[in-house]
Amino acid sequence: MIELRQDNFDPWHELNRYQQNLAPGKYGACCNFVGSMRDFNEGDVVAKMTLEHYPGMTEQFLQKICDEASEKWPLLDCLIIHRVGDIQPNDSIVLTAAWSAHRDASFAACRYLIEELKHRAPFWKKENTSTGDRWVSENTPPGS
Amino acid sequence: MKINVKFFASLREQIGQSDLSISCDNAPTALQVWQQASSQPSMPANILCAINMEYVEPNTLVNDGDEVAFFPPVTGGQQ
Repeated sequence: MIELRQDNFDPWHELNRYQQNLAPGKYGACCNFVGSMRDFNEGDVVAKMTLEHYPGMTEQFLQKICDEASEKWPLLDCLIIHRVGDIQPNDSIVLTAAWSAHRDASFAACRYLIEELKHRAPFWKKENTSTGDRWVSENTPPGS
Repeated sequence: MKINVKFFASLREQIGQSDLSISCDNAPTALQVWQQASSQPSMPANILCAINMEYVEPNTLVNDGDEVAFFPPVTGGQQ
């Protein structure tokens, strides 16, 4: 399942809630990644951030990488929750999780979900610092 | 033919609009859509484009009614 959220969320609550609906006894591993907002970047204090997305394409892309992960590894399920809009330091930005029978698939799939998301999903960050607003332009290329 | 064009993030601010509609006589490439919609002859190498929400190369042909989006590199963060 994929979901975009305007408001802050508790990733541990979401993980627990989602796992309650999975078939009991069918998974032996859950690997997850939680990304939170830092209050610093490139040597500056960041007071807040706005995360812009492409409505429709972003959701479609997140679903695509979930589908790809499920084709690559034997997963029971996977989950992505991602914030959009205004974000404060310490807020959760993203949760990715993958459930499988054994840990290898779960680890690999969770890593795949977050790396594909960060390198290719249409999100753009605008930071608010003491010197004003600025778009974040750096990223790491796919496959690096 | 009519094509819907979108710009996002810093590109939207540079160009000064987020959505517009353009008309073409023949099926253009995404690059030609960029040239007409942005009034800029060349597209910076780091600009990404999508047709109907799928990533494409700039030489991809656009069809009547398509939505063509242009945006800067996505910024998911450093490893």
